[in-house]
Amino acid sequence: MTCQFCKQKDATVHLTQIVENEVKKVDLCENCAKEKGVNDPAGFSLADLLLGLGASQQIDEAGDAKGGGLRCVRCGYTQADFKKSGRLGCSDCYDVFADGLDPLLKPMHKGIRHKGKVPGSLRRATDLNQQLLTLEKDLQGAIAREDFEQAAQLRDQLKVVRTSAKT
Amino acid sequence: MNIIEFLISPAEASKRSGPNDRIVFSSRVRLARNLKSYPFPGHAKKADRIKAYEILFPAIRALPQMGPEAFAESLEKLTALDKQILVERHLVSREHAAKGAGSGLILNREETLSVMINEEDHLRMQSLRPGLQLRQAWLAIDAVDSDLETRLDISFSDKYGYLTACPTNLGTGIRVSAMLHLPGLVLGEQINQIIQAVNKLGLAVRGLYGEGTEALGNIFQVSNQMTLGESENEIVERINKVLLQLVEHEENARQSLLEKKPKILLNSIGRAYGVLANAHTIQSKETMNQLSLLRLGVDIGLFGQTPKALVDELFLISQPAHLQLNHPDREKLAAEDRDIYRADMLRERMKSVPSPQEPAAPPSEAPV
Repeated sequence: MTCQFCKQKDATVHLTQIVENEVKKVDLCENCAKEKGVNDPAGFSLADLLLGLGASQQIDEAGDAKGGGLRCVRCGYTQADFKKSGRLGCSDCYDVFADGLDPLLKPMHKGIRHKGKVPGSLRRATDLNQQLLTLEKDLQGAIAREDFEQAAQLRDQLKVVRTSAKT
Repeated sequence: MNIIEFLISPAEASKRSGPNDRIVFSSRVRLARNLKSYPFPGHAKKADRIKAYEILFPAIRALPQMGPEAFAESLEKLTALDKQILVERHLVSREHAAKGAGSGLILNREETLSVMINEEDHLRMQSLRPGLQLRQAWLAIDAVDSDLETRLDISFSDKYGYLTACPTNLGTGIRVSAMLHLPGLVLGEQINQIIQAVNKLGLAVRGLYGEGTEALGNIFQVSNQMTLGESENEIVERINKVLLQLVEHEENARQSLLEKKPKILLNSIGRAYGVLANAHTIQSKETMNQLSLLRLGVDIGLFGQTPKALVDELFLISQPAHLQLNHPDREKLAAEDRDIYRADMLRERMKSVPSPQEPAAPPSEAPV
């Protein structure tokens, strides 16, 4: 069995974890294990490794769809950096690499939208955004049902929320 | 300020107590946060890292929760031994201990709040409590975080929540964990089954020093892996529920060993006592495993009035850096010398522990 990372040396380190009822196995050679921090147990979480695994392909696919070689304008982080480390360079990177992220986050987390604490200064804005999202969804539903009376009402509500979101 | 002098002594630290501390050593809740305008520490150039540090350090230092007596220092001011001591106390991560200039640590007097600056994220803030107190730990760190966000421009996205260097921490940036002592489940050979069940719930089970390590001293760390798409309260409550069940399973396993396999149990504990009280050289790994059995013996009342705190102190001061610290000349001990010194220390301290007694109400003898 060859190492899943360098695909050259024999894999001597084998890890198994159950993620979403699926058994995931990772086989590494000693060098790659060391590089990934597998032999430094405190610093190692298999999720990092899994992120690196299926992830590199997804990162490339998403990047290539945009012409390849994505690069964060602000911090200079590249698609290759992301692939190599499984980490991002700065807050803006989350926009730059957005397309590759969702499929990556899905198996890793419970959902792909944040739930929970919001900084106080943003709480009002976030509430409004949530309202907008819900209203837009309802509006589309109403249009699909051809319930135009309701659609008109929702459209008016949307207008109000949009105006207050801008202030 | 000298960190060694600052830290609560191992004897005092081991006396801290909390709910369910027969089985749960400690609870911890950690939050990862980043500044909006600076690259994450792993990618930042030195100048940016230092700029971020200079914003973060005074802001954390000024937190009311840190108080006037906090320890606050750049990591370059700490020696390798200082850092190793902090790791053994679980006050900083191993990754953080490897850092130097541009990274720092701020720790409150009570050692219940520790903030690492420029670890993998700009801030890794953790709240620590003895025993099973996840909710309290969460509320404490939540308050710190809310205070801090009025002083700092924290990176947050509507969709992804708190942005972190690694996507595995995205969203809440929360890591909720507890350190458990599970000798009953290990001796009863139920532990693998339990670990699998806990894994299925999306929780990680690690050894004392993390994934892939043996659970030295039957000590396990349980923590959440998912941070996005679930609120902090949901995560805390979910883990809390699992931990309460683990505590129950462990108590049942101990009871069942006492009833069904008393000789095996008493034999293991008695031998552990013999080794700890009489060895002339002993490695760290064996020490941890024997101390685990000693603690189990104390828990089920085989060692009279011996306090649990004594065993917990021995757990701590048997660790390599703590051992080295107590050595008269503090020079780097060679591994063999350390094993001899460890055994000397244990023999001395074990003098206060009476030899194990049969349980008060002897269980009916089952054939072994």
